Order: sequence, then structure tokens, then C-alpha cells
Amino acid sequence: MMFAALSVKDKKTFTLLATILLSVLVGVNIYELSHIMKGEVPEAMFNGMLKYGSFSIWFNTLMTAVALLYVLLCGRNIEKVGQHVGEYYALIFFILCGANLLSGYNNLLILFLGIEIISIPQYILAGSDKRNLKSSEASLKYFLMGSFSTGILLMGIALLYGSMGTFDITRFNFMEHSVNAMSLAGILFLVVAFGFKVSAAPMHFWTPDVYDGAPTPFTAIMATVVKAAIFVAFFRLFSETFGGISAHWNLVLSIVTALTLFIGNITAVFQQSVKRMLAYSSIAQAGFMLFAVVAVNATGSKGIIIYSVAYSVATIGMFAVLMKLKDYTYDGFNGLGKKQPFLAFAATIFLLSLAGIPLTGGFFAKYFVLTAVMEQGPGMMWLVIFALLMAAISVYYYFKVLMAMYFKKGDPELADTVSGSDRLFLGIAVALIIVMGVAPDLLLAWLKN
Amino acid sequence: MILLSLILIPFAAGIISFLWKNDSVKGWALAASLLTLGIAAFACMVNTSNSLMFNANWISSLGARINLLGNGMSMMLVLLTAIVFPVIFITQWNKPQTEIHRFTGLMLLSQAGLMGVFLANDLLLFYFFWELALIPVYFLCSTWGGEKRIPVTFKFFVYTFLGSLLMLAGIIYLYLQTPGRTFDWETIKQTGASLPAMEQQVLFCLFFIAFGIKMPVFPFHTWQPDTYEQSSTPVTIVLSALMVKMGLFATVKWLVNVLPGGTAYWTNTVMVLSVTGIIYASLIAMVQSDMKRLIAYSSIAHIGLMSLGIFANDPNGIAMNGLMVQMFNHGINITGMWLIVAMVEQRYGTRNLRELGGMAGSAPTMAIAMVIIAFANIALPLTNGFVGEFMLFHGIFQSSNPHHITFMVLAGLGVILGAVYTLNMVQKVAYGEAKTSVVVKDVSRNEMLGLIIIIGLIILLGVYPKLLFGIIG
Repeated sequence: MMFAALSVKDKKTFTLLATILLSVLVGVNIYELSHIMKGEVPEAMFNGMLKYGSFSIWFNTLMTAVALLYVLLCGRNIEKVGQHVGEYYALIFFILCGANLLSGYNNLLILFLGIEIISIPQYILAGSDKRNLKSSEASLKYFLMGSFSTGILLMGIALLYGSMGTFDITRFNFMEHSVNAMSLAGILFLVVAFGFKVSAAPMHFWTPDVYDGAPTPFTAIMATVVKAAIFVAFFRLFSETFGGISAHWNLVLSIVTALTLFIGNITAVFQQSVKRMLAYSSIAQAGFMLFAVVAVNATGSKGIIIYSVAYSVATIGMFAVLMKLKDYTYDGFNGLGKKQPFLAFAATIFLLSLAGIPLTGGFFAKYFVLTAVMEQGPGMMWLVIFALLMAAISVYYYFKVLMAMYFKKGDPELADTVSGSDRLFLGIAVALIIVMGVAPDLLLAWLKN
Repeated sequence: MILLSLILIPFAAGIISFLWKNDSVKGWALAASLLTLGIAAFACMVNTSNSLMFNANWISSLGARINLLGNGMSMMLVLLTAIVFPVIFITQWNKPQTEIHRFTGLMLLSQAGLMGVFLANDLLLFYFFWELALIPVYFLCSTWGGEKRIPVTFKFFVYTFLGSLLMLAGIIYLYLQTPGRTFDWETIKQTGASLPAMEQQVLFCLFFIAFGIKMPVFPFHTWQPDTYEQSSTPVTIVLSALMVKMGLFATVKWLVNVLPGGTAYWTNTVMVLSVTGIIYASLIAMVQSDMKRLIAYSSIAHIGLMSLGIFANDPNGIAMNGLMVQMFNHGINITGMWLIVAMVEQRYGTRNLRELGGMAGSAPTMAIAMVIIAFANIALPLTNGFVGEFMLFHGIFQSSNPHHITFMVLAGLGVILGAVYTLNMVQKVAYGEAKTSVVVKDVSRNEMLGLIIIIGLIILLGVYPKLLFGIIG
């Protein structure tokens, strides 16, 4: 993709090329997965630094597929951002590469590498609309805050290395070394660094400005694939490696979760712009995904898969609808139900899914993460009830869009025509969400054990 | 298969309605609902020994199954649902309606949801249908209705959704305790009953808030009068005749049976709430001047009596049988009430009792129908309302609860007050001097058909209630 930028002149060709490459990647991933399902033991690569089991490969497959859907839905808008379309796509492929590293790392250095490969393209993409001050501001803000959190991440890794004597997470053994202050401080630094990257409160402050300022098509990928990939890294490290000593960090993470849910949901209520609301809602949704990390069990890993996909598809879909409109405020949606019934219907399904209403993938996403936490015993019940109250609040801001679309009169201005292919791909996204809401087993069948 | 078709037919018909572009969608909806009615009636006839069931694989990794069971109470409510929808479509036939295809589509989807709630024998499936019934009604209430419909409906939605979420926490908790992880009713029932008392008490709260909001039981009722008032009549009928039954039905099937320990602990609290609701709603109904609000409050009072019946716990189970009969009859009566209100509003342009009067002079048939339905609403003998209320009181009288006489007397007071406000309304609307010079037309042919069905059922079941006991089994 990177080299294509040198030779290809036509913008449309890039989108086509990206579509083809992503389809090939999905195919390769499924081929790999079929080998593992047949019982082949996955090999470790690079001296055991990377290892892909069924969970990792299945996650890669899904994320590549989500990225494919993203290119299909948002490709036209990516072409419109600026002149350097080839570069944009190359950066998106870099992000995907980082995501693939994060799902299979076995070594803290690879973790660091993966997170940086994901982050640096984001700093550029956020600022790609150079004439827009808000976009530059987003980029700078993200870069400064991001490098700060990178420092914390490195510090955490260094402390863990100091106490364990290795970067290899499979060789971490907390039974032999009694848990000491150094490793605990390392874990705490990692919680903060990961919390920053997934925009968990109180490390969320960059999120609304960056998501709001960045060009909308790039916000869509930052809020979905990136977030899901970092969550998988977070989950893998904390469940596989630190799971045994979860008593030491569980309370901190529970409080972070509750705070994230609270701040994300309450602040989203007061937003005037749908784009900004989606930024806060992504904080709130991160709160639910944190549930899987808090739970540290097998249901949690299922939860994180379903949540990643359901949330990503719905969010990308919602951004795709948003990009069709000129006015990003709630009033910009007024009367959309009459003017563009299909667009409004698709948005309805995406919003219902984000709100976690049954028959959509969002319901099972929430169901699995809640079940995962409840399996840890009645001690976590407070967190579950709190999360459900917050979910009820989330209905308020999601339904505000529905109300504007269907029950208010208006003539929304479209920024772009809704073409037949848009309808087709939105239709596919809607179908995916409903299929996930009826038969979540389809997503889990590929997970071994 | 029969049970599955009861859900699938309205569901498929609803989806097709959305795509239908002209007015003939009315005929389509009516045909679909009549087909459903036919199947429901057939199902009630063959279901003599609770034999109807359907069981298929759904989400095997969770142990959730598509498990449907038709027992006496569910078949009764299925039949009620199947009757009410065609009546709505018949009486709505001539009414001007915007976006008719969306209206019928949403109506049929909510019918599918209701059928599912009454038939589901799997807790997760039940939860799905519980929500499926709510979403279309949210859109129905918000699109067609009074001026304040949007905020009012939203309040209703947030209320019930919050309840559902609390129930979801309860569902997951119960599910995690079951041996082998299943949502099957039998297993859930055994698991729930074997839980320690403390856990049952907490779970009871989680479930009861969801069901209590739906019924609605005092003090969770505040959404109800506003929503009934603001939504259009067909939707009000769905809400008050059918959706409140979801709450009552679920309380019996998924709460009292599943958590006996929790039920025993909370019985007195719930009974006090129910009685408070009866008296409180009756008193407020007496001073209402808006017909819709008056009937809304009267409905709260009736529901209060029924929820009293659920928790009466009498040795012979008369209250429970009475509850089932009354659920059916209340559905029929209140449908009739709303039909009359809609006709009055359409003709006079107002529902305010102070501006109405003398309807019997210009529209005698309508007045007669109103009187009969009002009699049924206050449970006069020979109407269907009498049978259910009599059995409920009989059951409460025999209840093993130490305070049963107090509850009964207070609930009886509610019945007397019910007569006061209902007859007052009849008198003000049908008799007295006409307040307007508008000449109103008497019932049209399709309205007549709807009323005949309702009044026919009122008298038939009042005189020969054995038909209903046949379905209960």
C-alpha cells in the first residue's frame, strides 16, 4: 500500500486496492485459522515473541473484516479528506499491523512496539486535515498526551523487567517471586498507560477533543479497530499474566471501570453534537469492555470478541451515516426518517445496538461482559448494578438521535448522495448486527477451548 | 409448531407491512391478525392438557433454547392478544392515519413480542420478547398521539428499560446458579427455590421492579396516566389491555414460582402497595375530567386488585384462577372502554367531561354500548367483570395471610369507588344536556362490528364463564 502511493494517481484506485488487499488478508487469516481448528499446534515466532492461538487469529480475522467494512463504508470520505490518499491508506494498514501484533504478543517489547505502531499513524491521521485548526489541535494534543503515556508504559515495562528479569510474559511467575512493590508499581503504571490508550477515566481527557477534531473517517477507525486492539492487549496481559494475582489490582481496575462508565455516560448526555456524543459514548463503551478485563475468565475473552465486533460495526456504521450529513448537531438529524428512510433505519439499528437492546449484537456484547463479571461472585454485584444504571442513562443520548430522526420535523441537508453501494454496505452492517444479536454462537464457534 | 407460528405470523406480517406502499396494507394486517386469531383459537381447543410445546436449539454455548410452552394462563393471554389486534384493526379501518404501513408494521411486531412473552419457557428468550414488545410500542407512542407524546413516551421507555436491565442482572445471576448453565424454566424454578433466603429476597426486588413498572403497581405507576393520555387509542389499547398483562403474567410465572422464599418475605409489602394503589388511583380517578386519564387511573386500581390476587396465596388457588379470568376480562373491557373514548373524541373533538353531555340523544347505540362496557368495568353480575372479581375476592378472603380481611375490605372500597367514578363518567357523557350543537353520527359499520365482538364477549363470558375455565384447564 505504501508503495502504491508513489505510482497510483487516481484516488479511487486506492480504495479499490485497499479493498482487495484487505479481502486477501481476511482470506489468509481464515486459512490460518482452519489449520489451527484442525488441531495443529501454533508455532511461536521470533524466538517466542509472538504466538498466535485461535483467539488471536480469530480476533485478527474479525478486525481485518471490520477494517474491510470500514473501507467499503468510508472509502469515499477518506478520498475527500485531502490529497494524500495513498498515505492515509498506508497509515491505516500500519494500524492494522499494530493490531495484529497486539493480539499475538508474548513479550512486553512486542507489546510496546504494537502500541507505538498503532499510535503514531493516529497522530498523523488526526492532523491530516491541515487547513482545519481543530484537526491540528487534535493531532498535537494527542501526540503530547500520547507520548506522555508511552513514557508511563515504558516505565511500567521497565519496572516489571526489573522485578522479573525477563520481558517474556510466559515466563512471568508470581508464585516464585513473592509479589513485591516493584512489580506492583509496574502493573499500576501499565493500568494507567492502557487506561490512557483505551480512554478510561480519569485518563480520558484527550478523547473528546481528538475524536471531535480529527476528520470523521479517521475518528471512525480510531474509535473502533484501535480501541478493540488495545483492549485485547490489555485483556491478554491482565488475564493471562497477572490473572493469578488479580486480588492486588482488581479493586483499582473496578474503580477505574465505574468512573469510566460514570463520566462517559453523564457527559455524553450534555453534548450538542452527535460526533462529540459518540466520542463520549466510546468512553462509556470502553467502561463496559473494561468489565472483561476486570473479570479475568474465559467468558471475558468471549465477551471481548463479541464486544469488539458489535461495537466496532455499530460505531463505524454510525459514523458512516454521520458523514452523509452536513450538520453534526442533533438538529441536523431532524426529519431524516422521512427524507432518507433507509439511512435512518440503519442508524436506528446501530444506535439500538450501542444501547444494548436485544436482537442486536450490542445486547450479547453487554450480556457476556456482565456474565463474566458476575461469575466472579456476588462481591462484584455493585459494579454490575451500577453499570446497568449507566446503561439506562445511555439510552437517553442514543434515543435523542432517534427522536430527532423520526419525531421531529426538518429537512436535513446531505453532504453527499446516498448511492446504491452505500445502501448495500450499510445493509450488510445492519445484517451483521442482527445476526450477532440472534446467533452470537457464530462468532464464538471459532474459539478453541 | 403451532405455538411458533403464533409468533412468526405477526412478525413476518409486520416486516412485510413496512415494505407495503399503499393503503391496502390495512387488509393485509387484518388478514394476518385474523389468521393468528384462528390459530390461537385452535391452539386453545387442542391444548387440553398443557401439551403444546416447541423446543429447538438456539444458542448452544449458553444453553439457551427456543422453548415455548402453552399452559393455561399463557394460552388465555395468547387468545386475548389474538382477539384484541383484529378488533383494533377493524375499528381503525376508516380512521385517517398517516404512514399507515409503518403503523401496521409496528403493531404486528408488538403483537409478535407479546405472544413471545406469554409463550416463552426459556428465561433468555423471555427477556428477548419482553424487549421486542417494548421497542415497537415506543415508536408507536412517539409517532402518533398528543402534543407531549415524545417526552412522555421517553419517560415510559426509560422507566421500563431500567426495570428490564435490573431484571437482566437477576436473570444472569439465576442462570449462573443453575446446574449445567441453562435458562430452562423447570431448572430455573428448582434453582431459584433452592437459593438461600437472602439471595432470593434481593433477586425478588430485581425482578419485581421490572414487572411492577410494567403492571404498573404503586409507586411505579407515574409513567402510566401520561402515556395512556398522550398515545393514540390503538396503542393505548395495546398498552393497557395487553402490555400490563405482561407484568402480571411474568410475576406469576417467573417470580412467585421461581423465588418462593423471596415472595414470602415481600408478600406483605407488595400487598400493601397494591391496596394503596387501588385506593389512591380510585380517589384520583374521581376528580379527573379527562376521560383517558380517568380510565388510566381506573386501570391502575384494577391491576392493584389483580396483583393482590397473585400474592393472596389461598389454599385452594381460587385467587390464582380468578386472576387468570380477570386478566382476560379486564383486557376485553378496557379495550371496549378505549374504543368508546376514541369514538367520543373523534365525534366531539374533546375528551373533557365538562364539555360533553347528551350523547344518548344523538348517538343512542354508542351510549348503550358505553353503559354495558361501563357495567362490565365495575363488575356488575352477568358481565364478565363480575366473575373474575368475585373469584379474586373469594381467594383473598380465604388467604392464609394474617391481614387478609383488612386487605379485602380496602380493596372492596376500591370497587365501590370504581362504581362512583365510572358511572359518573357515563352520566356526564351519555346523559344530561348536550353541550355542543354538533350533530354527531352514531357508530359506523366497522365500529359496530368491533363493539359487537367486545360486548358479545362481555355478556357471553359473564353468563357462561365456563368457557374460560376450559382454557385454564
